[in-house]
Amino acid sequence: MTIDLQPNIDRALIPVLETVADPEIPVLTVLDLGVIREAIEEQGIVKIKLTPTYSGCPAMDVMSQDLVAAFAKVGKEVEVELVLAPAWSTDWISEKGKQKMEVYGIAAPLEETADKEALLGNKKIVKCTNCGSRNTRLISQFGSTACKALFQCNECLEPFDYFKCLK
Amino acid sequence: MANTDLYNYILGIADNSLILGQRLGELCGHGPNLETDIALTNISLDLIGQTRSYYQYAASFSEEYKTEDDIAFLRLEREYRNVLLVEQPNTHFGFVIGRQYLFDVYHYMLMDELQNTKDDTLQAIARKCIKEVSYHKRFSGDWLKRLGDGTEESHQKMQEAINGLWRFTNELFELTESEDAMIKAGIGVDVSKMKEHYYAEVSLLLNEATLQVPERKNFTSGGKKGTHTEHFGYILSELQYMQRTFPNMTW
Repeated sequence: MTIDLQPNIDRALIPVLETVADPEIPVLTVLDLGVIREAIEEQGIVKIKLTPTYSGCPAMDVMSQDLVAAFAKVGKEVEVELVLAPAWSTDWISEKGKQKMEVYGIAAPLEETADKEALLGNKKIVKCTNCGSRNTRLISQFGSTACKALFQCNECLEPFDYFKCLK
Repeated sequence: MANTDLYNYILGIADNSLILGQRLGELCGHGPNLETDIALTNISLDLIGQTRSYYQYAASFSEEYKTEDDIAFLRLEREYRNVLLVEQPNTHFGFVIGRQYLFDVYHYMLMDELQNTKDDTLQAIARKCIKEVSYHKRFSGDWLKRLGDGTEESHQKMQEAINGLWRFTNELFELTESEDAMIKAGIGVDVSKMKEHYYAEVSLLLNEATLQVPERKNFTSGGKKGTHTEHFGYILSELQYMQRTFPNMTW
């Protein structure tokens, strides 16, 4: 069940992988999210190792199905295997992914220590995705999905999601 | 057979997550406000997800049950090995938070230790779970402080819940035969050694929440050996309803 930290992704498969998005954050592809840990082609079959963001994340089943469907379009068969180790970390979200997330209205995860300070309400460091102010407050450590916390901006009053740091 | 011990050991951990996940799931749409409703069901989702990883592993070598669903839905009351604490009802929000915190502190310690197991799969699950459990503990600990050190009524209700749930805490640290066997094999965690650390940590937070730490006596146990409280049959009747009504149904 263990795999290397650096994902082993066959370059030829990237164009198709880029068409598969996270069903709950549709601006992020599975590559941006860093959940594809291996994608190789062996004897005509594409073998993908997928790792969950959170144990109970229902998006995983949907992503598996979407991967199968995406490769079916180019006439390829896919085998998806779910792997748990090493455990997914928000560090695996690409820089491009973090930028896309911010534009979409979800504050990207901070570094571990900063994240703790933010979620404990000690420091105002999470930036409002609407007006850019850091004068924001935590509404709830748990948001609309397992991976997010709910914040509100004290300046523009806009509520927004913050993608929690997971390491 | 050594595999029986491993199987029972995995279920001993997994059943706690399943039953607590089920209890929290009952609150979906019934939380005291929207944020806590979402938080509690998020925690439920994490716990059920963790349960799936354990059951998938157990089913991979079980002779009796072939899939994770079989293990979750087809067993009889006496075959569930969860501790009594997690099956206690959602009496009021104080009980929900008290139960969660008393379990989260233990759960975090267990996952922390389980990361050192010789078993690769359990190690992978523990490394995944601990990240989630640290969020659970932060949530329940925050609320415990808020309610304990809140209004007169919230303080009284939080104390009532702690007093009511306290007697179930000692069971967390009682060792079953399969735990003994797995500790010897370098796979299991010796939870009995975590006990003092647990009570110290819990007492510290209870003090901070201006709550009284109950005396460590009159403890009760049995869940780990399959002897459950009167609440358990009701949980199963809901949990297993679909499989009992439409045997072998799948999604």
